[in-house]
Amino acid sequence: MWALRDKYAIVGTGYTDYSKNSGTTVLNLATEACLNAVSDAGLTPEDIDGLVSFQFNDSVPAMSVAGAMGIEAAGYAVDIAGGGNAANLVVLNAIAAIEAGLAKNVLCYRAMNGRSGFRLGGSRDMQAHGITQFTAPFGWISYPQAMAMWCRRHMVKYGTTSEQLGTLAVTFRDNAALNPRAMQRQPISMDDYLSARPIVDPFRMLDICLESDGACAVLVTSAERAKDLRHTPVYIMSGANGGGANQGDDLFDCLRWEDHSENYSAYIADDLWGGAGVGPEDVDVAEIYDCFTYSVVAQLEGLGFCLPGEGPDFIQGGRIARDGALPLNTHGGLLSEAYIHGLNHVVEAVDQLRGDAGPRQIPGAEIALTTAGAMTVGSALVLRN
Amino acid sequence: MNSMPYNKPVPVPDADTEPFWSACREGRLSVQCCSGCGAKRLPPERFCPKCHAAESEWRDVSGRGKVYSWIVVRHPVPGDVYAGDVPYVVALIDLAEGVRMASNIIDCDPDAVTAEMAVEVVFEAVTDDITLPKFRPS
Repeated sequence: MWALRDKYAIVGTGYTDYSKNSGTTVLNLATEACLNAVSDAGLTPEDIDGLVSFQFNDSVPAMSVAGAMGIEAAGYAVDIAGGGNAANLVVLNAIAAIEAGLAKNVLCYRAMNGRSGFRLGGSRDMQAHGITQFTAPFGWISYPQAMAMWCRRHMVKYGTTSEQLGTLAVTFRDNAALNPRAMQRQPISMDDYLSARPIVDPFRMLDICLESDGACAVLVTSAERAKDLRHTPVYIMSGANGGGANQGDDLFDCLRWEDHSENYSAYIADDLWGGAGVGPEDVDVAEIYDCFTYSVVAQLEGLGFCLPGEGPDFIQGGRIARDGALPLNTHGGLLSEAYIHGLNHVVEAVDQLRGDAGPRQIPGAEIALTTAGAMTVGSALVLRN
Repeated sequence: MNSMPYNKPVPVPDADTEPFWSACREGRLSVQCCSGCGAKRLPPERFCPKCHAAESEWRDVSGRGKVYSWIVVRHPVPGDVYAGDVPYVVALIDLAEGVRMASNIIDCDPDAVTAEMAVEVVFEAVTDDITLPKFRPS
């Protein structure tokens, strides 16, 4: 169980432009986002002694970024092998490093040319090794194809409909319209959603996140040091990481998962809320990992915002809009802001808790939830100002 | 056997999975059973996740099962590889013996697949070495 409530804080955020073609290297993107996060905190690169990232062989090592930033003594530089599930784990890893005395000020970043360079899930490997021997030969390859299988099971078990999921896509796009960082800012209607091109049933084009070039970074330090920095600290109330039995390495280890109508979130909820000392009812704004519309439903249910099966109804009636009881993905999420693999959700939560979110600001937001992951394993944070 | 070279992903059997693919080549669907606790497992792996025994044996199963979940792929990925196959169905199938596996549902209108639909295995030789277990309504 989490034992470090409010002992650490996020004190800086940084990001690049999010685009379909950055025209530059992943190393440059990472370095730019990290430098921006450092200067946002009112620090200089000499103050940084740790870097943590996550990647699928599609990014640059933390040591390389430290070098590009001119950091001479990066006592802690770690690359986690993982996807969106690790987007909050990097923050927990930074805290662990500081708590252990390995570093004082740690940057967490994700950098990728995810559209113009290496595109996730588009494998052209015709030699199926390991667990993919039991998936790829059947034409089960891409992420949308993987997640659609989970979504279908929820539909079978609870009667979930596409139109219910469409509320997420429409709402997030509405938020993105107010976000200068967002790649997709043109509002969409439910008709647009329902008439979007079918990709892999039950998913249409607008159930599926963007592919993006870009990078973002957050700077983690102790609450003690945070007090003297430029911004109001965003305190980390708690964090949790994990999944259920047989979680494996997430994507196609779902072959061993028992009940595909639920995901990792059900297994970390108690640690997350117990560590924070608050519950779902206390959350003012939530940035939920939305590689697909459906993954938001599974996480709302798993984290106890509603009971299993109630998610599709829970998100209706304006509840998740900016003026609703639980504003969701106020930046537009992976569906409409950009696919910076979930770390962009943490950047947005910090914006909201600092009151820096401009026209999409949720008035008086004090407690924010961020989540990362959609299938067998994931991570989450509860943040406050 | 197809006259055209097979251009889709093929399994590369390893020490753990070779018995599975050998059985398929002989027209048998076989699952790994732990010699320690008897748990059946698929995909195969060296150590039993339940009791950690390294010994296992292989048992043929009926090849009958029910659809647990399914998708209909309409946009091919990679595009050129699957362009001629869409729409096609990938399903998670619960075998009668209590093991789940992924495969294709063939000989069936993609829009007619339903949860709990009864299916049975059919074997499709795609290369000299590899035969894929697929399923059709039963």
